[in-house]
Amino acid sequence: MKNRPPGEDVDNIVQLNQAEMASSDWSDLLGSLAVKPDKHIYARLFNHFAPKVKAYIVRLGVALSAAEELTQEVMLSVWRKAHMYHPEKAAASTWIFTLARNQSIDWMRKQKYPQYSLDEWSETASESGQGEQEVLSDRVARAISQLPEKQSQVIYMSYFEGRSHGDIASRLDIPLGSVKSRIRLASEKLKQIWGGEEYEY
Amino acid sequence: MNINHHLDDATLVSYSAGALSQGMALVVASHLSVCPQCRQRAEINDAVGGVLLESLESETVSDDMLASILTQLDDLPAETHSAVSGLTRKTIDPEIPAPLREYIDCSLDQLEWKRIVPGVTYYDMPWEGRGVSRLLRIAPGKAMLAHTHNGNELTMVLRGSFSDEVGHFRRGDVADLDDQIEHQPLVDSEVDCICLIATDAPLRFTTLFGKLVQPITGF
Ligand SMILES: [Zn+2]
Repeated sequence: MKNRPPGEDVDNIVQLNQAEMASSDWSDLLGSLAVKPDKHIYARLFNHFAPKVKAYIVRLGVALSAAEELTQEVMLSVWRKAHMYHPEKAAASTWIFTLARNQSIDWMRKQKYPQYSLDEWSETASESGQGEQEVLSDRVARAISQLPEKQSQVIYMSYFEGRSHGDIASRLDIPLGSVKSRIRLASEKLKQIWGGEEYEY
Repeated sequence: MNINHHLDDATLVSYSAGALSQGMALVVASHLSVCPQCRQRAEINDAVGGVLLESLESETVSDDMLASILTQLDDLPAETHSAVSGLTRKTIDPEIPAPLREYIDCSLDQLEWKRIVPGVTYYDMPWEGRGVSRLLRIAPGKAMLAHTHNGNELTMVLRGSFSDEVGHFRRGDVADLDDQIEHQPLVDSEVDCICLIATDAPLRFTTLFGKLVQPITGF
């Protein structure tokens, strides 16, 4: 184990655990990285999130070679900024998404995407505990998959392709107002689920 | 801050998605920095982004990326809290929302305002691209020409107030309008009204830049 390259041994750890990891465990792991830097924990997070981050960056339209480089930058910043992560305020996937989003935009525009809290999570974040955040994530995931196609389409075009309302309108050849009302309808449903309204099993 | 006019859901979704132009994102971030209510909605939209990220089919990452990162980590001290607070120690002008401070390092009155017509001046944000992104300063009692918008228009009040068909807008309020609305804002405060504005008119209109700005800013 001593003489192997740094990635290799942790790779094995990851393979053992990957299958049984629930999404809340990722937030736990990132939460412990926030308290104390640990390469093994980082490697596990890397193996799960780096391929997702790269997939996101590629979908935004960044060329493959650049996407590789950008993924590396994003994953490096996960290490550097880990101390700013608060598991009670957001799921690991949410936090890593915002890092990937901001750095992709910075890279594509050569401009820093304006942020409302400079790398700090606001104090007023929803008060739900961590477990609850994860349950919500799972519910939202299901809700997104259940949106009418017209609504999920504009959500995907926004998040995965970074398209503005006007851009979506001309792509789909529908009025700007229709794009906005579709996004509003989708957002309304997702918010209701988040707030726990109208959601029963 | 008592805020009565908030961001549209469709705008907040686009902000979290990273789909807003630089100027629009600046107005949104500025409002979010003073509005807990919208901030909470934005956090839900960020979480939607997290869920979508998890849902993506993984893309192969080169075998040595992790190894290469791990070797860098020793030379790469994690950012510390003190390094971050060093940035915020700059003198803070409470009139300027935090995201805007990135681009303005003096008071609003010290900016080099450019005159359009008597009573109306502006200060452009330091970037080009889709649409307009600027501070607009309008004297008391002045009205802007009635206008409709090409696409979306965001206006956040930083000082003073104005009224239009939609309502009364004061410090912190944001007018989030699209081309469905025709309005004629009138400054009704005793001091100049200073707003941060942005439009998302697509690139193909840039040659009409002057024409596009004129109806928005002209008196
Ligand atoms: Zn608000």
